[in-house]
Amino acid sequence: MELVAIFVSAILINNFVLYYFLGICPFLGVSKKIESAFSMGLAVTFVMSITAVVSWAINNWILIPYELDYLEIVSFILVIASLVQLVEMFIRKISPPLYQALGIYLPLITTNCAIMGLALLASLNEYNFVETVIFGVGSGLGFTLAIILMAGIREQLDLAEIPEPLKGAGIALIVAGIMALAFSGFIGMIT
Amino acid sequence: MSSRSLGGEFIKGLWEENPVFRQLLGMCPTLAVTGAVINGLAMGLATSFVLIFSSLVVSFIKKLIPSQVRIASYIVIIASFVTIADRFLQAFFPPISKSLGPYVPLIVVNCIILGRQEAFSSKNSVGRSIVDALGMSSGFILSLLLLSSIREILGSGTILGYQVMGTWFEPWIIMILPAGAFITLGILLGIALYIEQRAKQRK
Repeated sequence: MELVAIFVSAILINNFVLYYFLGICPFLGVSKKIESAFSMGLAVTFVMSITAVVSWAINNWILIPYELDYLEIVSFILVIASLVQLVEMFIRKISPPLYQALGIYLPLITTNCAIMGLALLASLNEYNFVETVIFGVGSGLGFTLAIILMAGIREQLDLAEIPEPLKGAGIALIVAGIMALAFSGFIGMIT
Repeated sequence: MSSRSLGGEFIKGLWEENPVFRQLLGMCPTLAVTGAVINGLAMGLATSFVLIFSSLVVSFIKKLIPSQVRIASYIVIIASFVTIADRFLQAFFPPISKSLGPYVPLIVVNCIILGRQEAFSSKNSVGRSIVDALGMSSGFILSLLLLSSIREILGSGTILGYQVMGTWFEPWIIMILPAGAFITLGILLGIALYIEQRAKQRK
């Protein structure tokens, strides 16, 4: 039951984009077309799941036993950067079609604050291993949901009449605000 | 090499190249911590500390860093200063550190900081880099203060915890919720762009 709660709340209630404001850059930058938004969401979910496992291992097997928790920030960011590189090389070797689908989005993820945020939040909430994995997958799916919804709305927005200064980022943020308002309706779903 | 005067390097961060309103960098902390002015201010100062000292170190050792590993080196330098800022807040301002939560460690992935190292400090002298970092920091702090003042006044009727609105005022709860952050920033971006377009037409 606890695990279901973590999973659902990561997708709907504490959505990474709409509640924690993490991963705003790809959320605004790669949400013009549904297909590219889907690839980005897929790439983020994939890297988030792996990051959750690796950062948990580093935190619990290296940093905490040796009392090196002041190295948390440095080690997490380095691990994420090298992990993305590794994953990229691995996918290119194993599955060229997947590599083609993810394309440019994979390297871009290194600078995505959502990945770093995931590692930090999991360690802050003191999740155990299974909880961390569920949290990682759920957060990735939540990000995918938000970015695909956003892309769907923005494809329609192209046809709408928008005041000149609000075009681009301005209207995108206002739409995100309305989405956040809609998502805040889920608060209280899990008690 | 930049051809501006030192004053020009500073001023450009305030409006012309303002990190939040013009370059759309560092959006995550901008949205996340601006529910109250005190949090916005603390975040602005912590980010400025990291930006200024990272610029100082990067511009100082720019000739020693091989260009293939420069991004990784910048990240390690930035992460060290973020750790200092995080530990400092935890030790001396525990309530602020608690309410900022994971957003202080997240300064390490703030694109403003890495962006300035790559675009400016790695190519310019130490003095110029510090002035540039000061200008960008001021621009960032001012943007955070603007956004957090609007949200705190409308959302709680207070500023820095002091009551400024009369008892007739019904707080707009939406302004403290995440939705208020997105909508306020969206409207402010629109206003900034409008002012810019008007200024261009006059020229």
